[in-house]
Amino acid sequence: MLAAKEISSVEMTREFLKRIALHNPEINAFITLDEAKTLTQAAVADQRIAQGNTTPLTGIPIAQKDIFCAKGWRTTCGSKMLANFTAPYDAGVIERFDAVGAVNLGKTNMDEFAMGSSNETSHFGNVQNPWDRARVPGGSSGGSAAAVAARLCAAATGTDTGGSIRQPASLCGFSGLKPTYGLVSRYGMIAFASSLDQAGPMAKSCGDMALMMNVMTGFDERDSTSLNREKEDYTRDLNRPLAGLKVGLPKEYFAEGLDGAVGKVVQEAISEHRKLGAEIVDISLPNTRLSIPVYYVLAPAEASSNLSRYDGVRYGHRAAEYDDLMDMYCKSRNEGFGSEVKRRIMIGTYVLSAGYYDAYYLKAQQIRRLIAQDFTEAFKKCDIIMGPTAPSTAFKIGEKADDPVSMYLQDIYTIAVNLAGLPGMNIPAGFANGLPVGLQIIGNYFDEARMLNIGHAYQQVTDWHTRMPEGI
Amino acid sequence: MSLNITDVKRIAHLARIEVSDLDAESYLAKLSSIINLIEQMQAVDTTGITPMSHSQDVVQRLREDVVTETDQRELFQSVAPAVENGLYLVPRVIE
Repeated sequence: MLAAKEISSVEMTREFLKRIALHNPEINAFITLDEAKTLTQAAVADQRIAQGNTTPLTGIPIAQKDIFCAKGWRTTCGSKMLANFTAPYDAGVIERFDAVGAVNLGKTNMDEFAMGSSNETSHFGNVQNPWDRARVPGGSSGGSAAAVAARLCAAATGTDTGGSIRQPASLCGFSGLKPTYGLVSRYGMIAFASSLDQAGPMAKSCGDMALMMNVMTGFDERDSTSLNREKEDYTRDLNRPLAGLKVGLPKEYFAEGLDGAVGKVVQEAISEHRKLGAEIVDISLPNTRLSIPVYYVLAPAEASSNLSRYDGVRYGHRAAEYDDLMDMYCKSRNEGFGSEVKRRIMIGTYVLSAGYYDAYYLKAQQIRRLIAQDFTEAFKKCDIIMGPTAPSTAFKIGEKADDPVSMYLQDIYTIAVNLAGLPGMNIPAGFANGLPVGLQIIGNYFDEARMLNIGHAYQQVTDWHTRMPEGI
Repeated sequence: MSLNITDVKRIAHLARIEVSDLDAESYLAKLSSIINLIEQMQAVDTTGITPMSHSQDVVQRLREDVVTETDQRELFQSVAPAVENGLYLVPRVIE
């Protein structure tokens, strides 16, 4: 549309900014907006388009999760700790979008330091699910999710440590992809659990996500775990037929704990893939249940180490009054972090403390291998795995806020994918009681092009991904 | 393994997080429920299984020992809570 000069980037960006001004006061999807910066980028993109130097995302307004440092932009990670932090440099992901002339529309709300499944741990307030304003959008990428669902942006970025792209995409009814660990640079992406964190696209369709993957992926020497692989074109297989595709259904993903209405919608979506030529096989991922305890050792352990940098010295919140250096650290961190973040830092500190390391941390790393091996075995029997993304549809704001363990169970079908480092994707598959239900597609390492192909094929014969919430 | 108030205060101290007595009570209940959750791991026999710290089987890259970063002290210190003459200020630690 932009290349055809039907509309300029400035016009498109203004339209989204207008929609944000109308809906954001209630939905609260954005933490920081900077119209002047955004429109300047749009104007530059228009010049670029006029010169014919264009790419598919040139001039497209994209909402950036507030976990990515963007030079000159306030970057809070949803925390009081960074409420006044202006990033002095760009994250790798931001640089890549800048390089193709995409427009940064603003920084989206999120659970504090990406720790949460409902966006309720954000220092900047709850985000409303556009499908039912009394419900959560999911998390941690809740602001990006609400922004995509409410059409406040063309697309958004998210990060996924235990399901933080896929679960909100499921609860808000759109497409989200967590790539294979190491494909997208973590440079300048504020760290939560470094061995699990991975950024990815959140968009209206698999076609859009393929274009974003082409921009977001690639080697970055500033990220020690970035993979140095040949560049791929993620759009290359979009129109491949699905005939002969072997889809594995893990029995553990359809067992106790899955809401019946959600299960029914997911089964119907799988039947649709059968009609497209896929063959369904039964598989087992026997250690699924253990992924939650393992995750709640490993992720807090890594977080307790990563978040030790917030000491009130170099950046971030510093308490107004303190007695000495130790008191300054303790007060600054107590005031700057919210309760879920403090709980996870303390759990991580505990499992790494002297005398407990073998019983918790080492044990969790051993079971992590069992979980990864489950997938290796499964992929001997099938090409792709399908199941629900989340056990239920969006729950009410406040419903689980006081019970961390029940909140953690939201991620039962997504966490194992992060532990194994595999790619996982959500696509909208229908509705249960008026709320979106997502289908999860899990691929083998580096199978993103195939996953996008499967999602695209489904989106050619269904229209769930085009449905919009009322009043939007 | 169950936690008590003394454990909570010790963990908080190690994590450099101030806790009041009232906070400690509330942490105790929630941290205990999380510890109960992670205790489920103990039922699994993991004898002989190599721990997995990372999903990709890669080694750390090496690079030439050359300067790659430029001096941006003023920019980086512009976000600091307290600086003076290019130095970060903290409470006195040496008497």
